[in-house]
Amino acid sequence: MSMLQVKDLWVDIEDKTVLKGINLEIPYGETHILFGKNGSGKSTLLMTIMGFARYRVRQGTIYFQGRDITHAPTSERARLGLGLAFQRPPTIRGVKTADILRACAGDRVSYQALAAAYDFTPFLEREINYGFSGGEIKRSELLQLLAQDPALVMLDEPESGVDMENLQVVGEIIGKLLQKDRRRPRREKSGLIITHTGFILDYVNADTGYIMMDGRLLCSGNPREILDHIKKFGYVECEKCGR
Amino acid sequence: MRQVRERAEKSRHKPAALGPDLDLEAFSRVGSTPKYDPDYRGFTPEERDRLLKAGIELTDQEHAGTFFQADAAVVHCRGNQPGVEVKTIVEALQEYDWLPDLLWSLVAVDADKYTARAELALDNGYFIRALPGAVLKEPVESCLYLRTDRFSQHVHNVVIVEPGADLNVITGCTTHPAVTSGLHIGVSEFFVRQGGRLTFTMIHNWGEDVHVRPRTGVLVEENGQYISNYILLKPVKTVQMYPTVTLAGEGAVARLQSIIIAHPGSELDIGGRVILQAPYTRAEVIARSITTGGDSIARGHLIGLAPEIKAHLECRGLILSEKGRMYAVPELEGRVAGVDMSHEAAVGRIAQEEIEYLMARGLDEDEAVSTIVRGFLSVKIEGLPPALEDELEAAIQESGKGM
Repeated sequence: MSMLQVKDLWVDIEDKTVLKGINLEIPYGETHILFGKNGSGKSTLLMTIMGFARYRVRQGTIYFQGRDITHAPTSERARLGLGLAFQRPPTIRGVKTADILRACAGDRVSYQALAAAYDFTPFLEREINYGFSGGEIKRSELLQLLAQDPALVMLDEPESGVDMENLQVVGEIIGKLLQKDRRRPRREKSGLIITHTGFILDYVNADTGYIMMDGRLLCSGNPREILDHIKKFGYVECEKCGR
Repeated sequence: MRQVRERAEKSRHKPAALGPDLDLEAFSRVGSTPKYDPDYRGFTPEERDRLLKAGIELTDQEHAGTFFQADAAVVHCRGNQPGVEVKTIVEALQEYDWLPDLLWSLVAVDADKYTARAELALDNGYFIRALPGAVLKEPVESCLYLRTDRFSQHVHNVVIVEPGADLNVITGCTTHPAVTSGLHIGVSEFFVRQGGRLTFTMIHNWGEDVHVRPRTGVLVEENGQYISNYILLKPVKTVQMYPTVTLAGEGAVARLQSIIIAHPGSELDIGGRVILQAPYTRAEVIARSITTGGDSIARGHLIGLAPEIKAHLECRGLILSEKGRMYAVPELEGRVAGVDMSHEAAVGRIAQEEIEYLMARGLDEDEAVSTIVRGFLSVKIEGLPPALEDELEAAIQESGKGM
């Protein structure tokens, strides 16, 4: 049994088919990386795994820890152990960051202590995401995940909009979320991460990388090698290869 | 006095500028005649429960003063602490020869047929006065109660906060559990003298066929503060009101906050106007309205007449039903240079994206909606009676259910 298994997944957004037969398997303790151009369907895959209504599963199945969650409500997926850090989370006026962190933490941890550990205390009384900078949004998202402590950590471009000073903090939180300091089999957490820059590879033990193109996973391999290839040649060869 | 009477007579049939027009003859003027009730013995448990939901605790303890009017009759009225006077307006007018001059000085008697009616057929009302320098830690509790179905209640209230005094008034307006229809006309004139502070919290918890026409004028003198909280969580037929606050002295401050839920069948037209007449005055009008099927108009009007004033208006509406309608009408009017006025108005539904964001954190859909509604309504109101906090939470839970 693996942490996540996606079988022949086809997904529509409104009338457009965005994912076209995705097959993906993430074993326990492994972190997989998604590369690909904007609009290739990477975020759609994460959003579909999290169960958002806009993403309609036309065909295929999603298994989480052996359980079919294809049609489970988002909240149930979250409670089962799926966690997603949004790339652009919504602002909710009047709802304080502390309210959400409290909900994420439940009785597991003290959200105040978590916030204090990452210099986030001043943000607790602020409305969630309202007037936050790019880096603040990422820190807020990752702290929510730390409080939630999911078994499968999904990150949508965790480095985007983060300045150099904050990159390291962001990287360290992600390392902690994915138990970077543990060796398998003691490492239990799995990850699925979208990245353009590959910065994240310094902070996690990434096992497999994929290139996504036009709603399909084209190839898989060592994430660093894939990144080097993209850096050298862009996605031109992938386009050729995908035809 | 005669002149006031004449003006009222002339306006006897004058429709109000806003809100649905009512036929005053459709209501009864024959109300109940309860006796004076010094220890609130005449209230049934059902009535007590109903009153509590309007924030009325029916106790002289922990209240600086208490006032209770049922239909036309005042059944309880007393100041419980030094520094405050609580009387019926009828008594106060007899006792203080300066009071008639204040009456109708902030609200025009000929504004419409409702003000005219309050003059021509007055039942009673409260007179509350905080003496100079008196800082009253506990609130004065007042209640205007419709005890008879179809009764038309006419009250005229005066609150005076003398220089340096600090007064908190909680007014609960509600109906007997068996009453569903009626009319309440309430004229209120509040005077906040130099350096005084008045916090006025009004809770409306009427019956579903009750019409309500408050007419309120407030004068705030130099360095005075007026804080108004208005809460309407329950069904009512129509409410139309547009209280006007005049900041007449330098450094005066007004803050008007309202939390409004428009239920199916409710027609609400509720606003707040502040005239910033003196330099260095400040005002904030914050309205949060939700519709679960009713019509809600939220108005706000800031008028800047002096330099170095600062004012902000915020009308936000949330539509939680297919049927409800919501209008936000913010107006800013500056007549001199050096005014700083702004507004923010937004009307909309809860975005699916916001609900799903919270669901991704483990909240189920109902909890997510409640969290968003609670956030939307999170206007800080200090000193709210605990029973009312519970009512607010219940209303939040309830209003999300139609989603």
